[in-house]
Amino acid sequence: MAEALFQISGLRLDVPDMARKPLFGPAPRLEILKGISFDIPRGAVLGIVGGSGSGKTTLGRALVRLIEPTGGEILFDGQDITHLPDGRLRGLRRRIQMIFQDPMSSLNPRLTVGRIIAAPLCARTGDARVAEALDQVGLPKAFAARYPHELSGGQRQRVGIARAIAMRPDFILADEIVSGLDVSSQAQVLNLLEQLVKELGLTLAFISHDLSVISRLCGRVIVLQGGRIVEDAPTRQLFEAPSHPYTRELLDAIPVPDPSIRW
Amino acid sequence: MLDGRGAIKRRAGARLWLSALWLGFVALCAIFAPLISPQDPLAQDLMLGRLPPAWMAGSEPGFWLGTDSLGRDVLSRMIFGARVALTVALLAGVVTCLVGSALGLVAGFYRGWADRIVGRLVDIWMAFPPVLFAILLIAVLGTGLTSVIIAIVVIDWTRFCRVVRAETLNQSQMDYVQSARIAGFTRLRTLLSEILPNVLPTMVALLTLEMGIAVIVEAILSFVNLSISTDAPTWGGMIAEGRLAIHQAWWVLVFPLVALFLTVLSFAQLGDGLRERFDPVLR
Amino acid sequence: MTAFLQIRNLSARLRNTGHRLLRSVDIDLPAGVVRGLVGESGAGKSMIGKAVLGVLPASVEIVEGEIFLDGHDLLRMKPAERRRLIGASTALIPQDPLTALNPSRRIGPQITDRLVDILGWTKERARARALELLGEVRIPEPERVVRLYPHELSGGMRQRVLIASAFAAEPKLIVADEPTTALDVTVQKQILRLISELQARHGTALLFVTHDLGVVSKICDSLSVLYAGKVVEDTTVDAFFAAPRHPYSAALLAATPRHNDPASSLRPVPRDVLDAVAAEIAAADAAWSRHG
Repeated sequence: MAEALFQISGLRLDVPDMARKPLFGPAPRLEILKGISFDIPRGAVLGIVGGSGSGKTTLGRALVRLIEPTGGEILFDGQDITHLPDGRLRGLRRRIQMIFQDPMSSLNPRLTVGRIIAAPLCARTGDARVAEALDQVGLPKAFAARYPHELSGGQRQRVGIARAIAMRPDFILADEIVSGLDVSSQAQVLNLLEQLVKELGLTLAFISHDLSVISRLCGRVIVLQGGRIVEDAPTRQLFEAPSHPYTRELLDAIPVPDPSIRW
Repeated sequence: MLDGRGAIKRRAGARLWLSALWLGFVALCAIFAPLISPQDPLAQDLMLGRLPPAWMAGSEPGFWLGTDSLGRDVLSRMIFGARVALTVALLAGVVTCLVGSALGLVAGFYRGWADRIVGRLVDIWMAFPPVLFAILLIAVLGTGLTSVIIAIVVIDWTRFCRVVRAETLNQSQMDYVQSARIAGFTRLRTLLSEILPNVLPTMVALLTLEMGIAVIVEAILSFVNLSISTDAPTWGGMIAEGRLAIHQAWWVLVFPLVALFLTVLSFAQLGDGLRERFDPVLR
Repeated sequence: MTAFLQIRNLSARLRNTGHRLLRSVDIDLPAGVVRGLVGESGAGKSMIGKAVLGVLPASVEIVEGEIFLDGHDLLRMKPAERRRLIGASTALIPQDPLTALNPSRRIGPQITDRLVDILGWTKERARARALELLGEVRIPEPERVVRLYPHELSGGMRQRVLIASAFAAEPKLIVADEPTTALDVTVQKQILRLISELQARHGTALLFVTHDLGVVSKICDSLSVLYAGKVVEDTTVDAFFAAPRHPYSAALLAATPRHNDPASSLRPVPRDVLDAVAAEIAAADAAWSRHG
């Protein structure tokens, strides 16, 4: 049994529901995560799947501590980071990276690609690590001088990956990173990620609403519905013998490109 | 092959260069005013009152754009008036921009109590009628160039504050700000190195607009005799004086008005032109 | 019988740069048939739908070709007549249910407006029709829903409202522009089934713009695969999924994920296929500019 990099237990998160706030007094709480527990072993690739409103994005942002959970516990490498303040998190930030869904909004439009990758490293644009990161994601070095809007969607997403791996992190969270891409760039980005996971020994959590992109990459999948884990199983088992009706529904809804498979 | 983008860019370029050319010309006039003005702008000579411009009958050599009712040379007064106009535009514009933008950035990025205080302040400020406010301020501070600049800053910082706050708020929602947190940037560094470059184009556009507005406000205050001393040549003051003799000597009113118009227009065009040329997203 | 929609040799380009967006596109769509327009982003698939509906952006100009709607040559009609014909016989199911409905108006009038203003129906008749259609798209309590505002409905519900609105005037042709990309897979399935069911019942011709070959295999009868504004393959769904003829469309199919066969999926379109199709297009362009 591999040692766990992340141990999440009883994770809860609720936010004030401003839509139903009475004129006076506090707003009622809206529960987004309702007690979630799972481990991510070092070197594992975990898929997190769910529909909109399932809490998968919130869960991801809690893992990388962009938001603070209201209850439960997140242990990263044995250290409790659940309520760590920003100042003390800063030392850990380098080890926990994230790739965002929308590469247009996650890359600062007025900085060059080189600066975007170099800035978190506190390095210059010409730093060897920038060139190396670009090389690892299959982009030419000359791209360092370009601006994000001069790239295609797939290339932008590669820049997002380069920025994350340049930090040599222990853990990367990928939040819906292929949902805005064409199938061909989708395949390229997923293949790239698969290869980087092997080469760099990354631990990866891959959030998606689409089970079909998860099947290749992930060893294990957790299925979220309404802020709870409804199924947590090895990928093969999940696809072959889903135990929860919601998982079955998700699988059945995928349009397999084959007209002979009835829907 | 047809390249439309090139054509648009050329037009934008022409706009930028024309406005820069005019403003550069005005700036040169302002800097070298004592050297190039043909007459003493303050010298009165009632014998030379209301002389028409050089190309009209009855003009005197050396008074290219005619004289006003006190016999002062219109061209020379305009050249010296450029000094006041540009000083006000630059100082009032820049200080207003710095004060308003700083407050807007802080309010929009840090939110919380900073945002609440700045927000209330802006609300209260906006409830004052600006012209009355300006007149009141000048009455308290006394007339003079410094008072005019202070009045403009005190009144107009809210314009920057509101727009910059909204834009900062907007940019703060973007994932690249989250990404900066993931990278372990401090809040201040995120604000300066991630958000500021994205708010800067808005600030520059507002700044050039504000410079135009400052010139107008100065002219209005001169017009109602609340700017600097009545004797000193300012475009607004000249327009006010020219108004009294519009039928006998239209040139006293028209030439400073044209200068004012072109300058204000150029500032606005300069803002758009700079944005198109130097903003990497639009380039 | 001639097809309800016939697109002949349609070419379009960007007005200011001359960049070609559509390259001699031919499409036939008889009544009651669903045709998929498939391609990657920038392939011009949405552009065709917009050309048919007469809502091309001002920056795009049609260089040559014809669009026949029910036998009428759209591009040579007077603008007012064209608008009337398009308004009376076509409808759009848009991509984004969040922005396609006006947030400050109730649902009911947003469906009935078109019936009253363009088709000249009475308010009562339009209202009755709206309620009937909302029932058909299986929205519970239509009487209550027509009085709601869009933000009070979920994304799937809003898309149902838009589908009801599209079918309300009994159009002969509906253009669906990526109608389910913003939805969850489970909701996507329901919505696609609904569109399919209504299309069959009303005998509507449906032009279905999508990037997803999986979706095409479920609801379309025929498809046109586009690359850089050119139709590289035009065939029936059964023939295509059995054996795509064009190398590019075959590669596109291979890139589409199949969870039931993980080993075979995730093959990006190979470089040499892209080069070959680009060369094919360059050759066609050269021939086109010689004859033009």
